[in-house]
Amino acid sequence: VCACVRESVCERERESVCECVREGVLFLSQSPEAACLSAEDISPSSNGPRDDDPDDLFAEATEEVSLDSPERQPILSDGPSPAITPVTPVMISPRVDDEDEEENRDTFDIQISVSDPEKVGDGMNAYMVYKVTTKTSLSIFSRDEVCVKRRFSDFLGLYSKLASKYMHMGYIVPPAPEKSIVGMTKVKVGKEDLSSVEFVEKRRSALERYLLRTVKHPALLKDPDVLQFLESSELPRAVSTQALSGAGILRMVNKAADAVNKMTIKMNESDAWFEEKQQQFENLDVQLRKLHASVESLVCHRKELSVNTASFAKSAAMLGNSEDHTALSRALSQLAEVEEKIDQLHQDQSYADFYLISELLGDYVRLITAVKGVFDQRMKAWAKWQDAQVMLQRKREAEAKLQYANKPDKLQQATDEIREWEGKVQQGERDFEQISKNIRREVGRFEKDRVKDFRVVIIKYLESLVHTQQQLIKYWEAFLPEAKAIA
Amino acid sequence: MMQEGLDDGPDFLSEEDRGPRAVNVDLQTDATLQVDISDALSERDKVKFTVHTKSTLPNFKQNEFSVVRQHEEFIWLHDSFVENEEYAGYIIPPAPPKPDFDASREKLQKLGEGEGSMTKEEFTKMKQELEAEYLAIFKKTVAMHEVFLCRVAAHPVLRKDLNFHVFLEYNQDLSVRGKNKKEKLEDFFKNVVKSADGVLVAGVKDVDDFFEHEKTFLLEYHNRVKDSSAKSDRMIRSHKSAADDINRIASTLYTLGTQDSTDLCKFFLKVSELFEKTRKIEARVAADEDLKLADLLKYYLRESQAAKDLLYRRGRALVDYENANKALDKARAKNKDVLQAETTQQVCCQKFEKISESAKQELIDFKTRRVAAFRKNLVELAELELKHAKGNLQLLQSCLGVLKGDT
Repeated sequence: VCACVRESVCERERESVCECVREGVLFLSQSPEAACLSAEDISPSSNGPRDDDPDDLFAEATEEVSLDSPERQPILSDGPSPAITPVTPVMISPRVDDEDEEENRDTFDIQISVSDPEKVGDGMNAYMVYKVTTKTSLSIFSRDEVCVKRRFSDFLGLYSKLASKYMHMGYIVPPAPEKSIVGMTKVKVGKEDLSSVEFVEKRRSALERYLLRTVKHPALLKDPDVLQFLESSELPRAVSTQALSGAGILRMVNKAADAVNKMTIKMNESDAWFEEKQQQFENLDVQLRKLHASVESLVCHRKELSVNTASFAKSAAMLGNSEDHTALSRALSQLAEVEEKIDQLHQDQSYADFYLISELLGDYVRLITAVKGVFDQRMKAWAKWQDAQVMLQRKREAEAKLQYANKPDKLQQATDEIREWEGKVQQGERDFEQISKNIRREVGRFEKDRVKDFRVVIIKYLESLVHTQQQLIKYWEAFLPEAKAIA
Repeated sequence: MMQEGLDDGPDFLSEEDRGPRAVNVDLQTDATLQVDISDALSERDKVKFTVHTKSTLPNFKQNEFSVVRQHEEFIWLHDSFVENEEYAGYIIPPAPPKPDFDASREKLQKLGEGEGSMTKEEFTKMKQELEAEYLAIFKKTVAMHEVFLCRVAAHPVLRKDLNFHVFLEYNQDLSVRGKNKKEKLEDFFKNVVKSADGVLVAGVKDVDDFFEHEKTFLLEYHNRVKDSSAKSDRMIRSHKSAADDINRIASTLYTLGTQDSTDLCKFFLKVSELFEKTRKIEARVAADEDLKLADLLKYYLRESQAAKDLLYRRGRALVDYENANKALDKARAKNKDVLQAETTQQVCCQKFEKISESAKQELIDFKTRRVAAFRKNLVELAELELKHAKGNLQLLQSCLGVLKGDT
């Protein structure tokens, strides 16, 4: 029986790989020697003609996978925990096109929460474990409520799997939160102070947002690794997480960017949409980073204001105590009380500044790096296609030469090679078109989400500001008669 | 080059600023002598104040006249009061602090250097803000110099002082040079001796309950006002920093709004506009807190020090009186120089009693003034905070209405 997650659903007998036609998504087995893809089972709604030769398809994929960077290896180790297959499917046919997506949105019913951080172990080997609760009515889940325990490296592991599977096809995979050596060390060492509590809360919130963004993506939601992450009680430990950091993965996957720079042939952008979009994202990146920096500064200054107001409140209370005019003394004490309440208000506001705006901006700065990465993947696909064309030309020239030289066996080989490379050129073109199509769709979805996210968050933030002002009015209105009562 | 624009010495005081400002002090001014600073000029190192007097007193040649004075001349006048034995029994109005534009000037200079690294709009905005800050500091120093003069003019004895009249009327330079090194050193030692004495004097329990209470009260009050003044300054600085951040956020949101290709562009522009306005209000809140709270505390820090100085002088006089008594007893015992000892004792007694009598009244007046000033400023502070909070609230709610309606 197929070793894919959907055992109950799929009864196919396959050595390693099966495809559940119903979902139109490719499930991959856990075994390291993932080999065949049965061509006949490929979803009929896939775009573009499929190559008949499955072996070739995979050969393609393996080639695809072995990028110039050696860093690739650790993640794809066939070693003790083959958490992911070393081969990525060339095409996961995006069954969802625009209309389907709308439909999916309406029936999108899944809630994920990350909660109850718990410290496990002691000293430098200690780590935090978080409870991940999924509540859903979607059918791909085995139950409508699942709770599992996950640690931070599990999240990173999930992201690395998803990135390596989907990014090269133009899917925008939400990045996982960043590692923090300083933050975690404090927690490990057991400092129960405010900063480590805040750190854990910040991380918990970030992990929750990460999961929610991931499942919002229609293809990712159905990915077996995602489902396993959310449902499986035991998760094989993600190895080599030292190599994995959110930024590290992006860097690795974005090695494509380096490849692009080294391209001798400059890409001839026939599609103005891509050029325009790339420029827009570039500008957005710059401004969001700037905004993020300013908001972080505001958070810092508001915290400072809160501390200084509290300090002033205490001082005013002391002054009130030593004032020998009774009414003035009382008024000063009241002032001290007002300032104390205001300092709490500033503190609460700074939390809102942070958790609403600052974290959102941080998330989007990272997301846009992923978006830019996807554009670079497209360039890489284009380069590959061009390279194949060059190769094909060379093979044709070689064959022409051999025709004159009259070496029949070599000629046959040359002809075979020509056919091979013709296939590769066709595949390259198809891949390029596919990734272009995917990116267009992904960017559309991304922008819709961005608009919604920012709208919702900014409105919430303004409401928090309204609340602060209303409280201020309350406090000062209570104080005014006290001040007037000084006789 | 930044300096030149400000050093042209335009008239910084608008029409509304003329007239007695008496910010922190509730004074009764009467028609017989009214003093104010009608104008001020800021030059590279110094500020020139135009002191304007209106008086019906016969001592002056005219009923209305003006002279130009600099900070050093105010200090000279203040010191002449302090050094005058006749005024030992009064709280000498504290000297105004030296005008300090260094911080502001530094900021303007830094801005000039950083001109290349920011957009034209940002640069203009920051320049305007720094100029406003400079102006605010300028107005404050004018107010503080004026308050000093008004306090003197309101004091029944000090207003008659000859040096004061010369200060007001003599329309030439008073040629008071700042203290040279030797004199500054003398001052330093005087202060050291005073504080040592202060401990001594403070240790002696006063027979008079009123003064004993005042001593205890002032020592503690002065320290606490010092602490509150420092803490209020820090609080207000944080407030200003936060307002600056909101300013930058507003600018970036504006850029985002102009660049965005989605529906968010209108959204960003609206929020940017909102933050521009709320930021101005936040800056005003910080400025008003500065005026009504920080300045009040700073002023009473100086006044409470002046009151402590009075107590010290009385304490010194008491010690002298007690020593004279002891000397007299000794002289009587030895029956030698009795008359001289008696005279000395008489003089000391009179001096002490004179100081005690006027000091009592001064301290009572101090309390009245203090209570009135705090009342006025705290009421105004609360009213302004309310006004600004309501303004902010209205802006936020109207913007939210528009944004929510747009979806």
